Amino acid sequence: MSDPQIPMPYCPAVLAAGLRALPLAPLSLSLTVFARKIAKSNPGLFNRLGEYDRTEFVLDPVDLPIVLRLNPNGGQPKVKLTRRHTVASARISGPLAALLGLVHGAFDGDALFFSRDLVVEGDTGAVLALRNAIDDAELDLAAEAASLSGPFARPVQNLIAFAENRTGLCLTRPEDSAIW
Amino acid sequence: MVMEIVCPAGTPAALRAAVKAGAHTVYCGFNDETNARNFPGLNFNRTELRDGVNFAHQHGAKVLVAINTFPRAGDEGIWHRAINDAEICGADAVILADLGLLDHASRNHPALRRHLSVQAAAANADVINFYAETFGVKRVVLPRVLSVPEIAAINTETDVETEVFVFGGLCVMAEGRCSLSSYATGLSPNMNGVCSPASHVDYTEDHGVLDARLGGYLIHRVDKGEPAPYPTLCKGCFSAGEKTGHLFEDPVSLNAEKLIPQLQKAGVTALKIEGRQRSKSYVAQVVRNFRAAVDALDAGRPLPEGMLARLSEGQAMTTGAYKKTWR
Amino acid sequence: MELTVGPAQFFWSAETWSEFYTDLTQAPVDRVVVGELVCSKRLPFYQDRIPEALSRLADAGKDVALTSLALVTLKRERKLTAELIEMGVTIEINDLTTLAYLPKNTKFSVGPLVNVYNEGTLRWLASCGAQRVCLPPELPIASVEALAKVSAELDLAVEVWGHGRLPLAISGRCYHARLHGRTKDNCQFACEDDPDGLDVQTRDGRPFLAMNGVQTLSDTYACTDHQIEKLRAAGVGALRLSPQSRGFTQLCGLYRQRIDQNLAQGELAREVQSGDANIRLSDGFLTGACGADWTGADGQRS
Repeated sequence: MSDPQIPMPYCPAVLAAGLRALPLAPLSLSLTVFARKIAKSNPGLFNRLGEYDRTEFVLDPVDLPIVLRLNPNGGQPKVKLTRRHTVASARISGPLAALLGLVHGAFDGDALFFSRDLVVEGDTGAVLALRNAIDDAELDLAAEAASLSGPFARPVQNLIAFAENRTGLCLTRPEDSAIW
Repeated sequence: MVMEIVCPAGTPAALRAAVKAGAHTVYCGFNDETNARNFPGLNFNRTELRDGVNFAHQHGAKVLVAINTFPRAGDEGIWHRAINDAEICGADAVILADLGLLDHASRNHPALRRHLSVQAAAANADVINFYAETFGVKRVVLPRVLSVPEIAAINTETDVETEVFVFGGLCVMAEGRCSLSSYATGLSPNMNGVCSPASHVDYTEDHGVLDARLGGYLIHRVDKGEPAPYPTLCKGCFSAGEKTGHLFEDPVSLNAEKLIPQLQKAGVTALKIEGRQRSKSYVAQVVRNFRAAVDALDAGRPLPEGMLARLSEGQAMTTGAYKKTWR
Repeated sequence: MELTVGPAQFFWSAETWSEFYTDLTQAPVDRVVVGELVCSKRLPFYQDRIPEALSRLADAGKDVALTSLALVTLKRERKLTAELIEMGVTIEINDLTTLAYLPKNTKFSVGPLVNVYNEGTLRWLASCGAQRVCLPPELPIASVEALAKVSAELDLAVEVWGHGRLPLAISGRCYHARLHGRTKDNCQFACEDDPDGLDVQTRDGRPFLAMNGVQTLSDTYACTDHQIEKLRAAGVGALRLSPQSRGFTQLCGLYRQRIDQNLAQGELAREVQSGDANIRLSDGFLTGACGADWTGADGQRS
């Protein structure tokens, strides 16, 4: 649950600057492979998007010099990292920690959207669909990344490690046993 | 008897989380216009409902299916199929509001338990008893316009179980009798299962001032750093006469946790939590807290103090109509 | 096609109230629904004048009916509602509670605040004794057409919201009282100064709604000038005109002329707006993308 008293952690500028030199094309390719693996193991995620399953989403971590374009592409997702401010039909921007927290169900989307930690532009309905679909999917990004193999595995695993270190978020899904 | 906690589930994951967190009962809807939370990416297909019911039953919990919009003329079949499928999936009850649908269900699905939705706005004992006698309704979800003494009075005059909202979003209008949303956007709770729909929301930021519009109407304007409430029509900031402000309702949400003992004394059977559109983590926390409260009450222990304050998202809380001065 | 005058939704003084219904005896309308719809606290101010108004209207050849409250909650309101039948005229139910009090086989009317969205509901109401149903203003023309078609089989007259500020919501809370920093129980009748409701604007000055005690209405006046032919063809039996404090008998006359084809499509709306430039019209629930739309302005569709 997000606590409005605790400010969302921002990515340190030095590290963010490091991303500026990184070649984005190979990383985009790795992330596309990663997204397709997730799509395969969570078919419900893309079904839930319904009419928005071909909507172009931009996820914009405002503390990083890159943005991520995600096109669900009817269940064959495409991911592209760019450095430029791109136009899309739906855009969610906010600190990396808030974006990842949303994906991982650590925060309640309603709270994030309306506390302005996350800013939604464009098609609010599409963003809502994406949020609800992700909330149902119970994604475990760390486990999904760990089980990747082949040439695309390492860059994704590095990225997850980077995100975990920088945001202080644990990207392994907490055990349900805590709830029982 | 422990008061029953009735908990929302917008997704199968939320249903499982709610059951694990201690919900006695979970309510949900099909992923179409037959339910009053017809939001993008939300709700259950038939397979998901069947699996969800099985999961809940294995853990001793019940599942209610809300089919609580008003069927569109010419398309009643969609709603009739929803009732039929809810019964086939093993639902413990359906939550209905439409007279025609209640009539249909009582004649064609007599064994399927029927609850009267809050959307029917049944606000007194006479009409509640009328629904019970005419359609065999076993439980009524009371509209959020009643005070605790009024609820107590209703319970002395009816055998129908009562369920009341204790936490979450708050309708300031009598539910099922409001077309503000369709006036501004064309989509309404009664016909489309949505209020102030996201598809018609527009946020624009200019020099740190954020405008939230619905269907083109300015609902909120907030300065840099202020929280930006969702532009729900009845909680907007408007002007009338000399005054500007939240003329209908402040952007608050309902929290009646402190009233649980009074509600139990008033004869209420079940406590309902709003929020099928909220995340599973939110749902699980609210349920855990309310379950702890009713268990404490049942065991004669004091209620955990201020247990839900941290769930308020920094939003103000109200006890709504349960206290008469709200009116 | 007939004209029905709905119950006055606003709080008028007893004198104004009586004058209004005296004037109506001369208006070219077929049916008048009298009584308090919105707030039971207003009723004592003019309750004793209701029988006389009913009999004068009946003497003038109008069908008359008595409305129930829109939201029945308090014990006093339940008693009031149960006693409606004693007036000996047709009851228009606007809260289903009323149905619980009607003796079996009593014929009744159904007002626009009862949720009649589909054939099943219409059939069920007819089986209970409904003879006339004014459909909820929210319904699109396709639903009106479907319901009017079924009504013919059921020997039931269907009416549509023809003109006036749209009743959009009813609440347990009084907004007029809230605006004046009072509670509903101590409202001091704050709504009596606004004979057509109090205008509510957005923060950028756009007219949006109107408040009327516990009721919320549209800023716009619904107007069916551009739908009359369609509604008639669908089998709609009557248009409902909702009372307003000024020019109401003239308005009834305009609709009468329009229905009798003595006024061209578009002329009615023009007349209404030339009488008061501050009035905004809508017909969006029937034929627009949203209720507030004025499709009449888009070029004369019918």
